[in-house]
Amino acid sequence: MIIEFGHFALILALLVAAFQTVVPAWGARVNDGRLMRVAEPAAVSQLFLLLIAFCALMHAYVTSDFSVANVAINSHSTKPLIYKISGVWGNHEGSMLLWVLILALFGAAVAVFGNNLPATLKANVLAVQASIALAFLLFIVLTSDPFARLAQPPADGNGLNPILQDPALAFHPPFLYTGYVGFSIAFSFAVAALIEGRVDAAWARWVRPWTLAAWMFLTIGIAMGSWWAYYELGWGGWWFWDPVENASFMPWLAGTALLHSALVMEKREALKVWTILLAILTFSLSLMGAFIVRSGVLTSVHSFAVDPERGVFILGILVVFTGGALALFALRAKDMRFGGLFAPISREGSLVFNNLLLVTSTATVLIGTLYPLLLEATTGDKISVGPPFFNMTFGPLMLPLLLAMPFGPLLAWKRGDVLAAAQRLMFAAMAAVVVLAVAYAAFERGPWIAPFGIALGAFVMFGAVTEWATRIKLGTAQFDEVARRAVNLPRSNYGTLLAHFGIGLMVVGIVATTAYQQERILVMKPGDTVEIGGFELAFKGAVPGRGPNYREDIAQFDVTRGGAAVTRLEPSKRLYDAPPQPTTESGIHASWRGDLYVVIGDEQTPGSYAVRAYFNPLVRFIWLGALIMFVGGGISLSDRRLRVGAPRKSRRSAPIAAE
Amino acid sequence: MTRKQKRGWMIGGGVATLTVAAILVLFALKDSVVFFHTPSDIAEKPVPAGNRIRLGGLVANGSVVRGAGTTVSFKVTDTLKDIPVNFTGVLPDLFREGQGVVAEGTIGTDGTFTADSVLAKHDENYMPPEVAKSLEARGVKLGGSAHPETKAQ
Repeated sequence: MIIEFGHFALILALLVAAFQTVVPAWGARVNDGRLMRVAEPAAVSQLFLLLIAFCALMHAYVTSDFSVANVAINSHSTKPLIYKISGVWGNHEGSMLLWVLILALFGAAVAVFGNNLPATLKANVLAVQASIALAFLLFIVLTSDPFARLAQPPADGNGLNPILQDPALAFHPPFLYTGYVGFSIAFSFAVAALIEGRVDAAWARWVRPWTLAAWMFLTIGIAMGSWWAYYELGWGGWWFWDPVENASFMPWLAGTALLHSALVMEKREALKVWTILLAILTFSLSLMGAFIVRSGVLTSVHSFAVDPERGVFILGILVVFTGGALALFALRAKDMRFGGLFAPISREGSLVFNNLLLVTSTATVLIGTLYPLLLEATTGDKISVGPPFFNMTFGPLMLPLLLAMPFGPLLAWKRGDVLAAAQRLMFAAMAAVVVLAVAYAAFERGPWIAPFGIALGAFVMFGAVTEWATRIKLGTAQFDEVARRAVNLPRSNYGTLLAHFGIGLMVVGIVATTAYQQERILVMKPGDTVEIGGFELAFKGAVPGRGPNYREDIAQFDVTRGGAAVTRLEPSKRLYDAPPQPTTESGIHASWRGDLYVVIGDEQTPGSYAVRAYFNPLVRFIWLGALIMFVGGGISLSDRRLRVGAPRKSRRSAPIAAE
Repeated sequence: MTRKQKRGWMIGGGVATLTVAAILVLFALKDSVVFFHTPSDIAEKPVPAGNRIRLGGLVANGSVVRGAGTTVSFKVTDTLKDIPVNFTGVLPDLFREGQGVVAEGTIGTDGTFTADSVLAKHDENYMPPEVAKSLEARGVKLGGSAHPETKAQ
């Protein structure tokens, strides 16, 4: 009964979305306030209905109602409660329901918090947002009904893919989707602005908080996915340049560019056309990501249940929305002059540089991801584009970006002084040189270029701190003056500081773990010892164990360092009951110096196992950096000037002709 | 700085960046792209020894032999032809006889493939799409369900 109720709510939500697409947009066209205002209750009730549908499906999972096909295929009665809940979005139908739920959540948030938006802009934004929801609701109802019933319910379900039964992965999709889908708001704002045919600095002010929120969640979502792949897949790596990973990374790159270009638009009323285009492209890349993941057109290590027919539907959504928005853009862009010419050495000049490199690197990732498809379609050759391609193209593009990063915030708007900025960065540069020397001393082997990479990351970190020190006049003013300035410094400045610092930390982690990873692969029998990363690893043998829904062989390793006991690692090999599938559980000892990472393979001769041990130096910095970026985004979002709905009623109705 | 100079800077910077990126992409595509072959492809059109390729197919039944240490040898088959493979390392969880695998490495002058990575998908009924497509193109009928969602107990 609850299921039918949920199904009904889903269909009602579809009707509400259709209503919300048409009526407010029409109201905005004929300038009828009543018609425009219906968008708000419609957006809220759409969210409410989808919440009912989502809860109904969750109820079916929690109570293990196997008469629902989706539950029977993806759940099992013995599965722990948390994975029954996460199982809701651990499959295609449920995750699409989560997708539209988040779409509606963002739409309702604009309806509720966007009090200061001009009425027509708000109506158009909500109408465009509803049209996206409408497309995906149609997709769910027509091809991916999560509420379909089975005529003869099985006694028990099939179970969730065991590698997905993991705490980090349980929460990875909601975060990732909040990021992916959050960019829809920037898209809706862009299309609404194109429909109205005018954009001003206030537009950027309204769009930026939403983009920032989406960016934060995408950052942490990608980091969680990477962390999961690191410890669960048992390959010792944290990023594989896999199509599915790239699918989430491209919107992140474009979204980062969007955040920065919106800043220029807000402060200088320039880059308008570019920012609008970027907003469209960012969400289009999100849609393309959905297409890549769902259609299975690209071979990926992340298997999601794929179905070509559904892929075609999503491709249709992608074509309609991206194509439609770009067509509208082409139609209107000629009315908006490409304004914004500025000196190369200035804050806005540095932000243009940032955009140029971020967008170019997005393009290289896009080429690497889609090239196999293109080649197979044209010549029939099947190829794979692996990490070497991305390291060769993406890496060099990041170098100038990272080098320039500390300079940007130190340059003044309109006309910056690069020498003054360089002087201020002297301390950061010297600190980076010290780091370079330390890196050479600490890591005796490895590529010669790696210490420079670590020093570059350190330069970015110290550069971020320098910017803060400059703003609060640390070292040049009295203590109470410094303290007052530190307190009064806008939170968005702290956000920038943390986000840039986090990037630097991440670069240090990436370079160190890539260049200096140690690996040992060998067969060990009880009593054997292997030395790695300064640790001694003694294999004590394996014992069988039993979990709630799996059996496992647990290998026991005593870890010592210079004779002193450090820890005991217990990597295991699990065999799940439903579905009967093996997984590898890694044993990890985390420290600041790096991670000791051990996984076991097959039993070779009775008692002896294939063992893979890694030492990953500074690998934690990668996820710590992402976490700091997330926190920085949050602090920036809480800035009074940026807060969603902050009062600023300047309704400049200047048409788009810039400068 | 005049308007013209500013415009020159922006256009010049943009063109320079795109040129560098385009050169990088072209070089990288030339050097780091790995072609995918099935055993039948290789039988028809031999791959030069030492070229890095991906070999895809099924692990032939009864072919897995464990050697010294972590060395394993097996045969990859597409049911028409097969190729012997040597691999040193830890095999993925789902590596089993009769399962689909993709091995990456080089083929030697003796026709033996030396793999440095072996991938098996995290799905019990998985068949790499390239393998499935190649087999279908050769008229080999595949049993089993197509994808996990359509299979119910």
